[in-house]
Amino acid sequence: MSEQSSSEKIPVTVLTGYLGAGKTTLLNRILSEPHGKKYAVIVNEFGEIGIDNDLVVGADEEVFEMNNGCICCTVRGDLVRILDGLMRRKGKFDAIIVETTGLADPAPVAQTFFIDENVGRKTRLDAVVTVADAKWLNERLKDAPEAKNQIAFADVILINKTDLVSPDELSDVEARIRGINPYAKLHRTQRAKVPLDAVLGRNAFDLDRILDLEPDFLGGDDHDHHHHHEHDHGHDHGHAHAHAHGGLKHYHDEEMQSIALHIDKPLDPDKFFPWVQDLVQKEGPNILRCKGILAFKDDDQRFVFQGVHMILDGDHQRPWQAGEKRDSRIVFIGRNLPGKMITEGFEGCIAK
Amino acid sequence: MAASGSDTVSVVERTRPIVIDGGIVAAHFLGHTAAFVLGEEAIVLAPSDGKPRRVAAHDGAILDTVADGRRVVTAGDDGKIVATDGEGASKVLASDPKHRWIDHVALGPDGLVAWSAGKTAYVQAKDLRAFEAPSTVGGLAFFPKGLRLAIAHYNGATLWFPNAAGAAPEKLEWKGSHLGATVSPDDGRFLVTTMQEPMLHGWRLVDRQHMRMSGYAARVTSLSWSVGGHWLASAGASQLVLWPFQSKDGPMGKTPRLLTPSGHRIDVVACHPRTDVVAAGYDNGLVLLARIEDGAEILAKKPGEAPITALAWSGDGRLLAWGTESGEAGIVNLG
Repeated sequence: MSEQSSSEKIPVTVLTGYLGAGKTTLLNRILSEPHGKKYAVIVNEFGEIGIDNDLVVGADEEVFEMNNGCICCTVRGDLVRILDGLMRRKGKFDAIIVETTGLADPAPVAQTFFIDENVGRKTRLDAVVTVADAKWLNERLKDAPEAKNQIAFADVILINKTDLVSPDELSDVEARIRGINPYAKLHRTQRAKVPLDAVLGRNAFDLDRILDLEPDFLGGDDHDHHHHHEHDHGHDHGHAHAHAHGGLKHYHDEEMQSIALHIDKPLDPDKFFPWVQDLVQKEGPNILRCKGILAFKDDDQRFVFQGVHMILDGDHQRPWQAGEKRDSRIVFIGRNLPGKMITEGFEGCIAK
Repeated sequence: MAASGSDTVSVVERTRPIVIDGGIVAAHFLGHTAAFVLGEEAIVLAPSDGKPRRVAAHDGAILDTVADGRRVVTAGDDGKIVATDGEGASKVLASDPKHRWIDHVALGPDGLVAWSAGKTAYVQAKDLRAFEAPSTVGGLAFFPKGLRLAIAHYNGATLWFPNAAGAAPEKLEWKGSHLGATVSPDDGRFLVTTMQEPMLHGWRLVDRQHMRMSGYAARVTSLSWSVGGHWLASAGASQLVLWPFQSKDGPMGKTPRLLTPSGHRIDVVACHPRTDVVAAGYDNGLVLLARIEDGAEILAKKPGEAPITALAWSGDGRLLAWGTESGEAGIVNLG
């Protein structure tokens, strides 16, 4: 009835990036390219958008806590209001882009789509795209927790201004990013020049699109190459020690890590769900994103889930195919994650 | 579900269908003329004895709307507040100098109009008065005499006296985001807000006692007071939730009356202006009339394609207008 299928919902792309990284350049590029589409753009009050467009709306990034005692359950109050208003102009645009300020945390934006049913019924979060400054990101990761959040949260990362750094510096900044978030799609850009389909229409929050949870080590450059490469899948211990690839350096961020776990025995849903609920209740403030593909005992369907802080969303995705390996993989990206506890907890979900 | 049973009384055959091009967000009556407010640009006026006609109101989306029986006042993303009467004559009441979205509008007695753009609430009396709320205004409601305006916002609500220069605004605190406001009619003893969470919050103003009204499935987007302010009907659940306000304590310590249970969610409610009957519009397009006393149901519209987004009674209670998200509309003549 009122629930529209995800293809009918208007996709919303969230643009983040620390001050000066090139967010506005990317936004202007998206709006000025001849793509034949109409976008509504929600800009922050400090934005300097240089395009005349009827559907540019100013927002003031009001982050509201939910009145449920959970400090990480926040929504962007202005988005609830603005998206409701935009939805009244049905058929006037194809997608919505939300530009956040350089100091913004992407989580409240993402959570708005999960928490507010009226928003989630008509729009869907497509992806969080983060623009990073190749020259200054390493410094910002040291002194600006917001910059680290934006990298950790991203589905797509543009390493921008690559012309201002040497190849060594570039591979260094890539390795820093990978140390925090090995799963985002990486693009090297100058003046935020990137094919639009690399940042729009990603379906990164679509449960049906959780196909694999392999790190994206090579990523792409401007041309979004899809390299096939061999690497070990053995991330079944509690840290993000990356493996050597093509001479890339590897960093382990002291604070922000990803944990990838893999179990090839069927899980017991009656153990897994209470465990993961309890985990995000306790560790939710530190868990920025999580995703998983699960194989339950006596269940012919793949189960997929994703989450932002304490909010989890999951469903059966499709039947396991003949010959497909029925194993379970989960990924957490967050701050000071208790790797040993998570690993042991996950292993405790194996069906007897 | 009871309503689909063959023994349910139906008034569906008394419906005059109205063809409308565009999603409907609200309905009102101006005398016996139904006014269907569209999501963008226009109002469709359907007189009881003539053809419906479209009246332009805004250059863009219509974000909020109220009516007082004589005119419909709409707020638009074009920065304008427009009044439209039953003859289709429209007048711009105010324009935001910066063309900001006008998010909310409220009407008081004697033609008093209030509106908000972002964090600022305005009242147009003899001159224009403005109030800066601590966060974006979620909703506005006048008190019965029009001397006070309730402004809902993050972490509570403010009671503002726009014409009393020396009077400090009163702050009512309750954590969370408050997105709509309504004041109990006639006596103005209670303020109720809708929240970002699926719940209502209320204050008994004489002693600022809190009333927590929860148990909803979804954010509550529609409230309606029954005749005399005895009950507050609310949408947001698969049952019609009615909070008792007959006594001086309001619903404190009481449970709501629950009517018309069904498998679908109620999105819009409208209380009959003269008797204790409530119209409930569902997300599957169903409209039921429920008698508060015993929960007796009458079918007013069968389920359809789109959710009900608008319900309104004429002042004498003889006509019920309904509209849907996809632009279906009808007027039921109950005689």
